[in-house]
Amino acid sequence: MGKYILRRLTIALPSLLGISLILFVLLALAPGDPFGELATNSNIPPEVAAALRVKFGIDDPIMIRYLRWLAAMLQGDWGFSFASRIDVDQLILQRVPTTLFVVGSSQILALAVALPVGVYAAMRPYSIFDQIANTFAFVGFSLPTFFTGLLLILVFSVNLGWLPFVYRADIPGSGWQWAWEYFKQAIMPIAVLGLFQAASYTRYVRSAVLDVIRLDYVTTARSKGLNEGKVVIKHVVRNALIPVVTLVALQMPAVFGGAIVTEQIFRIPGIGSLLISAILANDTPVIMAVTFVFACLVVVFNLLADIIYGWLDPRISYR
Amino acid sequence: MQERELRDLIADVKTGRLSRRSFVQQMIAVGLTAPMAGMMLAQSGVAMAQTTFPYKPTKAGGGGLLKLLYWQAVTLLNPHFAIGTKDQEGSRIFYEPLAGWDAEGNLVPALAAEIPSKENDGLAEDGRSVVWKLKRGVKWHDGKPFTADDVVFTWEYARNPETAAVSIASYKDVQVEKIDDFTVRVVFAKPTPYWADAFVGNYGPILPKHVFADYIGAKSRDAPANLKPVGTGAYMFVDFKPGDVVVAKRNPDYHVANRPQFDTLEVKGGGDAVSAARAVLQTGEYDYAWNMQVEDEILLRLEAAGKGKVTITPSGNVEFIMLNATDPWTEVDGERASVKTKHPLFSDPAVRQAIGLLIDRTSIEKFIYGRTATATANFLNNPERFRSKNTKFEFNIEKANAILEAAGWKKGADGIRAKDGKALKFVYQTSINAPRQKTQAIVKQACQKAGIDVELKSVVGSVFFSSDTANPDTYPHFYCDAQMYNTTMPQPDPQLFMNQYVSWQIANKENKWQGRNISRWQNKEYDELYKQAEQELDAVKRAAMYIKLNDMVVGDNYIQPVAARSRVSAVKGGVTAHFSGWDNDLWQLANWYREA
Repeated sequence: MGKYILRRLTIALPSLLGISLILFVLLALAPGDPFGELATNSNIPPEVAAALRVKFGIDDPIMIRYLRWLAAMLQGDWGFSFASRIDVDQLILQRVPTTLFVVGSSQILALAVALPVGVYAAMRPYSIFDQIANTFAFVGFSLPTFFTGLLLILVFSVNLGWLPFVYRADIPGSGWQWAWEYFKQAIMPIAVLGLFQAASYTRYVRSAVLDVIRLDYVTTARSKGLNEGKVVIKHVVRNALIPVVTLVALQMPAVFGGAIVTEQIFRIPGIGSLLISAILANDTPVIMAVTFVFACLVVVFNLLADIIYGWLDPRISYR
Repeated sequence: MQERELRDLIADVKTGRLSRRSFVQQMIAVGLTAPMAGMMLAQSGVAMAQTTFPYKPTKAGGGGLLKLLYWQAVTLLNPHFAIGTKDQEGSRIFYEPLAGWDAEGNLVPALAAEIPSKENDGLAEDGRSVVWKLKRGVKWHDGKPFTADDVVFTWEYARNPETAAVSIASYKDVQVEKIDDFTVRVVFAKPTPYWADAFVGNYGPILPKHVFADYIGAKSRDAPANLKPVGTGAYMFVDFKPGDVVVAKRNPDYHVANRPQFDTLEVKGGGDAVSAARAVLQTGEYDYAWNMQVEDEILLRLEAAGKGKVTITPSGNVEFIMLNATDPWTEVDGERASVKTKHPLFSDPAVRQAIGLLIDRTSIEKFIYGRTATATANFLNNPERFRSKNTKFEFNIEKANAILEAAGWKKGADGIRAKDGKALKFVYQTSINAPRQKTQAIVKQACQKAGIDVELKSVVGSVFFSSDTANPDTYPHFYCDAQMYNTTMPQPDPQLFMNQYVSWQIANKENKWQGRNISRWQNKEYDELYKQAEQELDAVKRAAMYIKLNDMVVGDNYIQPVAARSRVSAVKGGVTAHFSGWDNDLWQLANWYREA
């Protein structure tokens, strides 16, 4: 087991290096630069624009800039944001709690809906419940989040006036009143993200359970006289979960990465909105740090998924 | 508009026959700025009006929370690093300049005790210096007193190239001396007619010496106060998350009595302009939304909810079409659009004149921009006409056809005109932005009717407006026949603005397309006059020169103004805000109030 993890990590290292190199070169080749806005401002003499470029080392060759970035990253220095003139790690850390709260809750909501609905639908395939669940699942993942988001805003904010549609991460106060305010503004974004995710999870859970439920060992369990609940939870779901775990594990980096579109609609100060505003401002150090952290998370969670397989199904061994 | 006419107008203002406001409007119509018009009046002995802002509350505080919404979030809070308007606005909550510009070109003191003038011996006869008297009893948010040392320090800070301040142009060519604790003198290297630049408006906010003293030059980026400002403004810093939110609270020691009214202030950022308008006008979640770049049709619909209204402030921004004076399709010495070439079509004045007649400015104003812009155009050719209240610009397809016909451009079998084997076809580019694409379509349609084939091209804004030397699609490269964008006047003084057409500013490979003359239009007379205007001390003579320069450019039809765009903001009902097109939206934040 330990050996296995070590081996996986040694494979992960070069792939992370490769990812960072590709990201860096792509960003360097992309059009636009962080000081583009300066060039269109007649009040700023070209000498100053040039001085800024030299100060931030933008005109050096790509490879030198990459090595400089890599060396800094290894020492824990994530870079310096051109737009905000502060360190990138500060910028990212400020946004982690909000992202975790909103995207994390939406994932929990998605699982809380998808697991029971998917399992129940698979236990009674082609029943009325299954048909309805299927229909909603299809509608759910066919509607993009920017559409459902706007729809909810129109209904609950504009027409009914129940919920605010601008997310404030800094509501003052404490106690129940504060917690309610905080939760109230998160209802819509969590619902939009959670139900979208739940729709596709439901389909996966249903088909995974369907695959397992007809196997002989399930019939055996039933013929032993075990009650239905025990059969489903102990025998069916545990085996059916393997593909679902992969799916959920691959979704986990997204919990940290935020949801770009939804964050933009509801003005949630998460990592997704940081990434998009950094891209719009050509703030390369921020783009680089966010995407790279994202890549690391994908690699780590893949590894985690592999380890969970073994726990779910002891037949899978590590060699 | 000649110097004599200007003097007549000023005399009318003096005797009260012409209101100050309409004088300023006429000056804006000929391409000057309100602050410049104000300077002209001041020099001619019409005192700057004492601007008063209506303010009803009788005590400071008690106004609760004021919520402002910016769809581009504030990213830093140092006014001398503020790249975009959003950062200037965020910084202006905490910092104040010596004075700001109101909508009619009056200087309004903030940290100055009074506005320098000849009468109070503030302005030197030779135009080489100006003396500012500072307000006494002003305290920084940390309790330390504000003095002349802070003003001198701000100059030292901003002019140091190592600091890399965006305001450097206002400070690098002046010297600032302390006379006593509450008086400073700004000395210019040469006679300077436009003296109200350093310490005034957007780039003028004063920084506290005791906070920034250790962070001058290369260390400037490490200053903790870049993110935690200590200013003199009506509101004090509480919290700031770059790219998201700024929180401030009332400054109990603010130097103006009974102000401000609001106890706390929140500036939320992010999202898009339409939903920001919605949050103010339709749901009333916010009190103010900045820069409503939204089609007027949508704004009208949202306003119908009755929760708030749209405020439109005239400013110096002009949307215009620029024709290339050089040939963008032939490469000479490794660059296209080289000054060694001439544009094959536009070098014929008849073609330029015809294109001017084919821009349907009225429809563009009416159907695209609505209240948020006013059609503007050829009046610059014709000083007599701008006096009439309803300026008419011509949109005339027949006339354009006749001009082209007379110049020898004959229609071919495909309906496209040609002359000497050159077909009348050109490419017209702009950035991707719904109103711009609609304008392109209107121009293309009219051109088609006159036998001109226009190919439309749109480039993503982040590429079009970038300074990337390797990308041929940026606007300074102008590797295209015609292009359209919005030129902003970041400075109230047109001197920097007008250098866009001097020959030594031509954008080319040699200066990495950093030159400001993008159309590559050249005119010896223009160059000469520009140099004269730089030295001219008499405000009125100087204004006349700038009007003439403007006429030269526009009269030659290489530059085709389309519409003057206004600054648009949304304000919730019950809230009174004060805006000026020549300063930040938050320049009078201390005077904002809410009525129950």
